Amino acid sequence: MKKIFIPAIAVVCIMTACKKDNNMPSEYDSSKKAALSIEFDNVAGASDLALTTGSYTNPTGETFNVTKLKYYISNVKLTNTNGMEYVVPQDSCYFLIDESDEDTHEPVVRIPEGEYKSLTFTIGVDSLRNTKDISQRTGVLDPTGAGADMYWSWNSGYIFFKMEGQSAASAMGDYQYHIGLYGGMSTATINNVKTITIDLTSRGTPKVKSTKSTNVHLMVDILKMFNGTSNFSIAARPMVMVDPFSATIADNYTKMFSHDHTEN
Amino acid sequence: MIVFLFAGVVACKKEVIDSYFIGFQKPAYFPEPTYRFENNPVTKDGFELGRKLFYDNLLSSNNTISCGSCHIQTSAFTHHGHKTSHGIFDQLGIRNSPSIANIAWGKSFMWDGGVPDLDLQPIAPITSPVEMGDTMANVLRKLQNHQQYPALFKKAFGSDNISTANFLKALSQFMVMCISNNSKYDSVMRNEASFTADEAEGYTIFKQKCNDCHKEPLFTDESFRSNGLTLNAANDLGRYFITLNESDKFKFKVPSLRNLEYTTPYMHDGRIYTLEGVLNHYQTGIEPRQNLDPLLLQDPVRAGIRFLPEEKTKLIQFLNTLNDRYLLTNKMLSEQ
Repeated sequence: MKKIFIPAIAVVCIMTACKKDNNMPSEYDSSKKAALSIEFDNVAGASDLALTTGSYTNPTGETFNVTKLKYYISNVKLTNTNGMEYVVPQDSCYFLIDESDEDTHEPVVRIPEGEYKSLTFTIGVDSLRNTKDISQRTGVLDPTGAGADMYWSWNSGYIFFKMEGQSAASAMGDYQYHIGLYGGMSTATINNVKTITIDLTSRGTPKVKSTKSTNVHLMVDILKMFNGTSNFSIAARPMVMVDPFSATIADNYTKMFSHDHTEN
Repeated sequence: MIVFLFAGVVACKKEVIDSYFIGFQKPAYFPEPTYRFENNPVTKDGFELGRKLFYDNLLSSNNTISCGSCHIQTSAFTHHGHKTSHGIFDQLGIRNSPSIANIAWGKSFMWDGGVPDLDLQPIAPITSPVEMGDTMANVLRKLQNHQQYPALFKKAFGSDNISTANFLKALSQFMVMCISNNSKYDSVMRNEASFTADEAEGYTIFKQKCNDCHKEPLFTDESFRSNGLTLNAANDLGRYFITLNESDKFKFKVPSLRNLEYTTPYMHDGRIYTLEGVLNHYQTGIEPRQNLDPLLLQDPVRAGIRFLPEEKTKLIQFLNTLNDRYLLTNKMLSEQ
């Protein structure tokens, strides 16, 4: 515990020190926390994603629709323009983005005032939380409540990413991608916990202040799930769950996220 | 040693036995339990609530199946007489329900070890379409609307708002109390009895040929091994389904050898009906296949374990000393 705790204190101390530093504009008071919302705008290429009714074409040329799209975002971290990192306290940092529920599209984190140059988060649920006591699995992590649809009871662990829909390319008429696996408890398994960092400088850095609200707008392009790093077709892989191929899909979906703009 | 003593009011003159409750007690010659009691200390109210839940059909979608339906006390908490256990609407699963005896020492649960924490285990059968076929949200709703349960949860956990955690912890409190330590073997370990000459010889044979995997006093080392069974019709690859590691194909959890008299049929799919059949499998039925346990390859001539006919008889006599009739009749563990 100490090892984790000391750097956390150090970061806080350094950030507090920055207040007097000339590098940080004086308008920011890093001892104050302010809200930053992160919008996950699910799209398919150039089209907004419309559940069930929208028809899309993947890089292989197969048409499909999407009936369900859900994924966990957790362990959010932001780095300010001075290079200081702020880790959002983990307990308040598990979000389940569900395309069918608009209220989930814009999670809010509270971070010190400042200008931020990059955003880091985990797609999925970290290994440690996958092994926590049931009393520490509340809210979206409650495997019998909000997280029931995102938890494998028989191979205990969270489903990080779930996408389902119909496609004529599938022999079964539909496709299901349920991607999880956190690396295993006693035996090493595939580890599909992915953490990505997104640069915020080219599309507008968020200037976070307690007197206003700031929003970082991300585009999440589901077409990249098919070819982010290597291309696959629905015809060849209509169903991927606890399967070695899940690692390919997890690699692909790390490429779905891009920064579109910031509303300061 | 973890001992939770829960002494109630002994003042009641009637039925002193009901008036106090001794929580989880580790038998002296058992290893430390793996269950994290610090997160869920066993109390009388929690245990009794867990017992009521364990035997309640309300935990299934059409209120016909309870945990106790496939973990029957008189069968040492397994499903007697069924190769694979049958659940809701008489659907068959692909595996034989394992015993919950001594589950406080379990390092993982299910034949494939897919669940690493006892508190998470009940979610699997409750939500399995071939077992209890319900959703956890619906079960919690049924409990919350029940006449008795909110008050019982309040008594046990201080809140009548039935949470996921308290529901699962109550079930764990009952299950960890299903301790099997009253067989003849246990009496011998406690120096209260002694083996007959044949049983003692059987014990020696056991220690030479079986104890590496079925490690006493729990009679399992909780490992996953391939014991040379042919692939069944369900194409059950066991532990591989959990880890996706090639080296885990055909491996299943080593089951305890306690209470064999009450837990037939044997193996993960209940394919063998008698102890003789099991010993014959180890002697001549080993299918040499990928990941076969190296302990079954020690004989240079043929895979398996060699037994002389009289060794088998004595070994079975020893194995019969592991039958714990008290577990089957202990009222404290029965449906009330």
